Amino acid sequence: MSDLIRKNASELVELLNNGNVSSVEVTQAHLDRSAAVDGAVHSYLYQNPETALATAANIDRRRAAGEKLHLLAGLPIAVKDNLTTTDAPTTSGSKILEGWVPPYDATVVSKLREAGMPILGKTNLDEFAMGSSTEFSAYGASHNPWDLDRIPGGSGGGSSSVVASFQAPLAIGSDTGGSIRFPASVTGTVGIKPTYGAVSRYGLIALASSLDQIGPVSRNVLDSALLQDVIAGHDPHDSTSLPESLGSMAEAARKLDVKGMRVGVIKELMGEGFQPGVMARFNESLNLLQQAGAEIVEVSCPNFEYAIAAYYLILPAEASSNLAKFDSVRFGLRVAPEGNPTIERVMAATREAGFGPEVKRRIILGTYALSSGSYEKYYGAALKVRTLIQRDFDAAFAKADVLVSPTAPTTAFKLGEKLDDPLAMYLNDIATIPANLAGIPGMSIPNGLAEEDGLPVGIQILAPAREDARLYQVGGALEKMHEEIWGKRMIDFAPELEVRG
Amino acid sequence: MAKDELMNYEKALEQFEVVIGLEVHIELNTKTKMFCGCRNEFGDEPNTNVCPICIALPGALPAVNRKAVESSIAIGLALGCDIAPNGRFARKNYFYPDLAKNFQTSQYDEPIAFNGSLEVEIPSGAVHVIDIERAHMEEDAGKLTHIGGSTGRIQGAEYSLVDYNRAGVPLVEIVTRPVFGAGSEAPELAAAYVRSIREIVKGLGVSDAKMERGNVRCDANVSLRPHGQEKLGTRTETKNVNSLRSIERAVRYEIQRQAAILAKGGSIIQETRHWHEDKGATSSGRPKSDADDYRYFPEPDLVPVQPSKELIESIRATLPEKPADRRKRLQNDWGFAELEFRDVVNADLLDVIEETVAAGAKPQSARKWWSGELARAANNEDKDVADLAITPIQVAELASLVEAGKLNDRLAREVLTYVLAGEGNPAEIVSARGLEVVSDDGALIAAIDAALAKQPDVLDAIREGRMQAAGAVIGAVMQAMKGSADAGRVRELLIEKANA
Ligand SMILES: [Zn+2]
Repeated sequence: MSDLIRKNASELVELLNNGNVSSVEVTQAHLDRSAAVDGAVHSYLYQNPETALATAANIDRRRAAGEKLHLLAGLPIAVKDNLTTTDAPTTSGSKILEGWVPPYDATVVSKLREAGMPILGKTNLDEFAMGSSTEFSAYGASHNPWDLDRIPGGSGGGSSSVVASFQAPLAIGSDTGGSIRFPASVTGTVGIKPTYGAVSRYGLIALASSLDQIGPVSRNVLDSALLQDVIAGHDPHDSTSLPESLGSMAEAARKLDVKGMRVGVIKELMGEGFQPGVMARFNESLNLLQQAGAEIVEVSCPNFEYAIAAYYLILPAEASSNLAKFDSVRFGLRVAPEGNPTIERVMAATREAGFGPEVKRRIILGTYALSSGSYEKYYGAALKVRTLIQRDFDAAFAKADVLVSPTAPTTAFKLGEKLDDPLAMYLNDIATIPANLAGIPGMSIPNGLAEEDGLPVGIQILAPAREDARLYQVGGALEKMHEEIWGKRMIDFAPELEVRG
Repeated sequence: MAKDELMNYEKALEQFEVVIGLEVHIELNTKTKMFCGCRNEFGDEPNTNVCPICIALPGALPAVNRKAVESSIAIGLALGCDIAPNGRFARKNYFYPDLAKNFQTSQYDEPIAFNGSLEVEIPSGAVHVIDIERAHMEEDAGKLTHIGGSTGRIQGAEYSLVDYNRAGVPLVEIVTRPVFGAGSEAPELAAAYVRSIREIVKGLGVSDAKMERGNVRCDANVSLRPHGQEKLGTRTETKNVNSLRSIERAVRYEIQRQAAILAKGGSIIQETRHWHEDKGATSSGRPKSDADDYRYFPEPDLVPVQPSKELIESIRATLPEKPADRRKRLQNDWGFAELEFRDVVNADLLDVIEETVAAGAKPQSARKWWSGELARAANNEDKDVADLAITPIQVAELASLVEAGKLNDRLAREVLTYVLAGEGNPAEIVSARGLEVVSDDGALIAAIDAALAKQPDVLDAIREGRMQAAGAVIGAVMQAMKGSADAGRVRELLIEKANA
């Protein structure tokens, strides 16, 4: 394979800016890679090589003409299929949106286009981002490039597997309870959920509005930093987007210094239920941080115990309302029922046929949680837990500058293994969910391989709201120490995928 | 529609105490919609003022219209309300095809304005203080047109068309606390209350306030209870009352209908009822209970509205005077008698008379025109006086022509019909049609002589003091000059001639 595709995004940026490689070459190399491996990995739901190459050629022309371009101009990227794009169908992994081409671009997509980044395609996800494995995608699961029989994480398994299989140097994900970080953890890649509001949600097909956040996916901390610097910023179209800038993430990622930083270890997110290899790698990283001059402190977040329960009330409640618009009237699937096609019956038949089982499960759950008589007992109680979890974080961040935990309790499980056990599936997100409930930023970076199965594990870094830069600073420093010990990047341990002629 | 049994109104009031409650929706006249940048315009081609936000395409998010918030605060302040420092939006969830998101973005437990009151004067002159529970912001739904049925309603229709131009238009809903003690005047009080609200929002400039366009919509809650009973009776909510007159009629109808049921030992069904202007009756809509489950929850896509004290005070500083104060001032300025003034208020003529006076007319002549000839014209055309094709400036011009003796009453009325027909301003019409009063003595004397030639005895009769004899000659002169003669001058000339 072309060695262009194995390069970090930051290296490609340098080559592009120096004129050593053209955007068409870089884009074509990734398209070739997809043609070779995506039949096996199934990261993409849609690709249009012509539009990607046209953008690339345009950038090359403009660069040749001496135009001043964005730093990342010409660098191709993959976008999760729950962000609207005017030149590609946007399905959110659901049959109810099959073939729907939105009339507007998501703000993040507009920013990528303004930066001159060719969009390679739309990546797979669990239907409406509900899931931890992509197995709930209406278009079939994606596969983990480390072991094709295993899940690539979810919901953003398309975006994690696309960078892990070198089909894209960067990808956009969305994280509602771990949908960027869990896939990163199980595919040996980097994923960041920025502070709630740091990146505009306009054009992101909502799962749970108060929890959703768009973020970068890459193979390297600096690469994600470069991408967050492109997509972040206030957007008048999203009233929950932060008015202020959070500064340069790339600058933070280049500091490579943790001296004097207080790193808090969350007592409740380790031990029982966590795979031995996951814990072993975690403890090794704590030692590395300490050796680099960080102070390790233990913190307690007692209310995390209730996080999953609260999350699975707040999320379905918001989702049940967000998904009400899928009624066949203005866009998407329309199914005519047998007999008299009244509006109620057409809506019901469309939703019955268009939504998958996990979506229906959560709509029913959410509708119930909000109904009168249940509201206080369920939704109201969940909001209280949310406040308590925020307080846990406040207390923890009084003692520590960043917090760390394993990203997930286990390595990638086998496709089909947890499909019939929703509760077991929900437990994957035990360490990632609290950050969404509190609106704080979180990052997962590769943390070595578990000796029992040889699969990647991740370490999660959390920072107070608006302090995304700390993630990049600590993540960048730890990544550098890892790579010095390993002698190469973690992704370079991944087995070669069988390439189709 | 089954015919309801009604109890005699006076009898109903002997037996029951009337409690009313009013919910008034005000459509704001902001340039753009509540949560998107689409034009807020009545009457455009269907589905032309739409975007991903107001037709709820996946991924779209709302953003609050600042002007709509300011207008809502102004309404709240004008109603004497407190303004919430932290007003949150909420989602009201229900499926309906005119509601693109299948939830309405509204306010629930944290309205922008609350705890106000309004003094309302009813036609009898009594003044009631209506307590305002809250005024909250929300968005309008689209407009459904049902095709294929005979009634234009959804029942029996073959299909329905949806126009989303109105979807997302900003609304303020003003809700009263239960209103007691209006007795037999409850219907008049309901109408007078809505009239006051209309005056307020019009005075604030925040709404076009046209009821026939749905800018002001009223839902009237009515319940009865036996005199002396503490517990409130079961209420009905009558919708679709689109004029002040129908509010009055609908409340009255509900009082009579409910009284008949209760007197027989029956019970009232808590429900929505529809007012039918043509039949003068309400009919049963869908049952409504306090347990209607809209699954309200805080709107996660919008941050709370947090108006600063400075903003609130700056809006308060620009509030126009209160309707009651304005009425007192105008009555004083104009010098109208009590009854005259009350008629003007009840006929909704304050604004037009004020503007006509401002354009130079004398208050009494402005009043005469608007409450006489123009009120009749509006009645014939079945529209509001304010919507006639004549401006207060034109009325003032007409009045000044009469004042100057250039037009007599009959001619002025004729000119008025041409103005209403769109022929231009009164002075233009007078010259174009040659309608000016002829006061040229030469022409008059010639006409008088011609008339006297046919009735030679008249001069003698006048000399003998029998003035009524002059009438025949005056009439003949007027006829000969097609009404453009100044009758007073004809009489003077005739007397001069007799005494010469
Ligand atoms: Zn719009």
